[in-house]
Amino acid sequence: MNALATPKKWEQYFWPLLACALFLALWHYAVLWSHTRIFPSPREVERGMVELIHQHVLWGDIADSLRRVAIGFGAAVLLGVPIGLTLGWYPAADQVVNPTMQLLRPISPIAWIPVSIILFGVGDDAAIFLIFLGAYFPIVVACINGVSNVPAMYRRAGRNFGLTPAELLRKVIFPAALPQILIGLRIALGIAWLVVVAAEMIAVDSGLGYLIIDSRNSGKRYDLVVAAMLLIGVIGLILDLAFRRLERIKSVRWGFRNAS
Amino acid sequence: MRYDTHLPANMILHPQRGRVLKLLVRLRPIAFIAVLLVLWQIAIDLHPIHILPSPWQTLGGIAYLIHHKLLLKYIVASLFRVTWGFALAVVLAVPLGLTIGWYRRAEMAFNPIIQLLRPISPLAWIPIAILWFGVGDLAAIFLIFLGCFFPLLLTAINAVQNVPAVYINAGRNFGLTPTQIVRRVLYPAVVPQLIVGLRITLGIAWLVVVAAEMIAVDSGLGFLIVDARNAGNRYDLVVAGMAIIGIIGLALDLAIRSLEHVKSFRWGYAEE
Amino acid sequence: MPYTMSFTEDATPTMTATKLSVDHVNMTFTRDGKTTPVLEDINLEVREGEFICLLGPSGCGKSTLLNTMAGFLQPTSGAIRIDGEPVTGPDARRIFVFQERGVFPWLTVEGNIGFGLAKLPRDERARRITHYIKMVGLEGFEQSYPNELSGGMKQRLEVARALAVNPDMLFLDEPFGALDSITRLVMRGELLRIWEAERKTIIFVTHDIDEAVQLADRVVVLNSRPASIQQIVEIDIPHPRNLSDPRYLELRDGIFQQIGLAHKV
Repeated sequence: MNALATPKKWEQYFWPLLACALFLALWHYAVLWSHTRIFPSPREVERGMVELIHQHVLWGDIADSLRRVAIGFGAAVLLGVPIGLTLGWYPAADQVVNPTMQLLRPISPIAWIPVSIILFGVGDDAAIFLIFLGAYFPIVVACINGVSNVPAMYRRAGRNFGLTPAELLRKVIFPAALPQILIGLRIALGIAWLVVVAAEMIAVDSGLGYLIIDSRNSGKRYDLVVAAMLLIGVIGLILDLAFRRLERIKSVRWGFRNAS
Repeated sequence: MRYDTHLPANMILHPQRGRVLKLLVRLRPIAFIAVLLVLWQIAIDLHPIHILPSPWQTLGGIAYLIHHKLLLKYIVASLFRVTWGFALAVVLAVPLGLTIGWYRRAEMAFNPIIQLLRPISPLAWIPIAILWFGVGDLAAIFLIFLGCFFPLLLTAINAVQNVPAVYINAGRNFGLTPTQIVRRVLYPAVVPQLIVGLRITLGIAWLVVVAAEMIAVDSGLGFLIVDARNAGNRYDLVVAGMAIIGIIGLALDLAIRSLEHVKSFRWGYAEE
Repeated sequence: MPYTMSFTEDATPTMTATKLSVDHVNMTFTRDGKTTPVLEDINLEVREGEFICLLGPSGCGKSTLLNTMAGFLQPTSGAIRIDGEPVTGPDARRIFVFQERGVFPWLTVEGNIGFGLAKLPRDERARRITHYIKMVGLEGFEQSYPNELSGGMKQRLEVARALAVNPDMLFLDEPFGALDSITRLVMRGELLRIWEAERKTIIFVTHDIDEAVQLADRVVVLNSRPASIQQIVEIDIPHPRNLSDPRYLELRDGIFQQIGLAHKV
């Protein structure tokens, strides 16, 4: 079966480029043949992108979005990791709190918008609160799982060496749970990025999400809409890759399957 | 069971008390929720933000919705969209993902595009969705489809790549054709992971539908939240809606978890 | 008290046709630009009905050699022929028994054994399944799933699955490695019993010197990476082999010395 033959090195670049080229060609011709007046072609999007880059507003928008993510995500980490570790460490505490979490978790952060506007008013704080909500649950769940998946023999070895509970947590449990916690943080960051865009489309007046809504409302600039969408994709991807870098640090690499 | 607490000796000697204690332990989470509700009520009493409702008012809101026959109507509308969007995503993403996962070159080819599109929130697609489908059900279903498609695709790709080579080799060894290998070895081997992926994606679908309804349609639980606020600041209905969203989301999750207990799938879940 | 494996005597084959021939086989792995030679000029002829053990320390490349013989890997140079035909890929006539992790967890015991029998009519299939369940001693577990079985039982299941399709050859890759030493002794007896009954050509990979001398007609002693054949030892003791027999000990010690291991611990 040729499909199982090991691909050559050059194929690593060839196939993705081919797929992208086909995709762009498809897009281009779809726009051409459907005679649409509104939906942009790849070239129009490219021009729109250039236009955005020259407008200084874009950089402000990107900075705003990133700033909100940073604060919201940071707050979720600061609160979620200790709580998650505690819940993972004391199964009794988890048993008490878990049902409440399971009830709150399926409520989309967007559904919290009216409440958050009451609590924080219209503006940055409301958006940050939503990001916090979105990131909080995955982080807590990942911490709980990380701690409870630490093999009992590590705990026993720690106690065998005379560690106090606090030392046990710091020197054994936390490092052992760290790979899983990092995965949870990465997923939460991805969610935070999704939420900030959504929140900006509704509740604030700056940022990449707002840029999308604004481009459409003031002039049906769909080329800018699609350009902004691609930018969102690129930045989200960069955040994800940067985080994956963290996962390659030797002291956590053991926990990831593809570590060589 | 993870949550069994260690009963002291005298509880074991007095089985009656032991049973009561176990029941109390089971009720602890409910007590916790009750405590939170009480705190909420107290907070409202102390700082009467006239808009934010208390627990009682929220219950009143739920009663109002039931009385005016809106609750069921909105739930059905939301579930309808979730079902369609989710089903479409499953039907398209799972076979595609299994194929891409199987052929390494396909994964090489499509990975960049997938990684680029994945971080774009479905809501960012709203202008395009409205452009293509107008305001209404189809746009909402499209958004849910988008929100489910990429996670399912990636789950399927990962599931295939995680199938131990031993199984595939054994299949080849027994003289199976490639189609037979896919049908008799690959598919059963990926099912447990797919089910977990389905559960997670259903949760995502539920999040997206609410958000989509707040923007793009005129019925459903998400719409309820926006409408209740816009048309008269009925925040009791807003929070009532949120509570219902939470409950139904949880119910959906539990329902799909029961799939994981079907015996012929159970082999895939070592811990549960 | 000496432990003996009991089954019929005189299992040594006489001059018969060559079943498998390995001809100047070399294998090099390339990864990230680094080339690692794994197999170096392997030459071997296996007779029909023979029981051959490939013996060597862990990681020396014997599994690679076995996989190449079975057709899962292509040698970098050299040829492998079975029944005179070159080996191009895996085939149902020569079944590979992996360690117990090769059984399909989503199928019951019956399902696993019947896996290769899909082309047979239903009653023939059922008959064979029952026959092999009995042969490996898994009666009563027909409807059980692998995760309900012990390691030894899973291993027996895998052997039953392999035998059910009536292959000419069996390749076994340290099949008893994950089992405790008592179970291992029992399983060796079972395997020899089955071999007696069915007379397949068997190639068995192990790192255990005793195991090799207890089971094989000939032991192929391999060097470490790159693996090359250090020596082929003919075990001329008839089955059942007495583990206290001086000839057994003599052959065993000979191999110890070959590998360069000290005789005292």
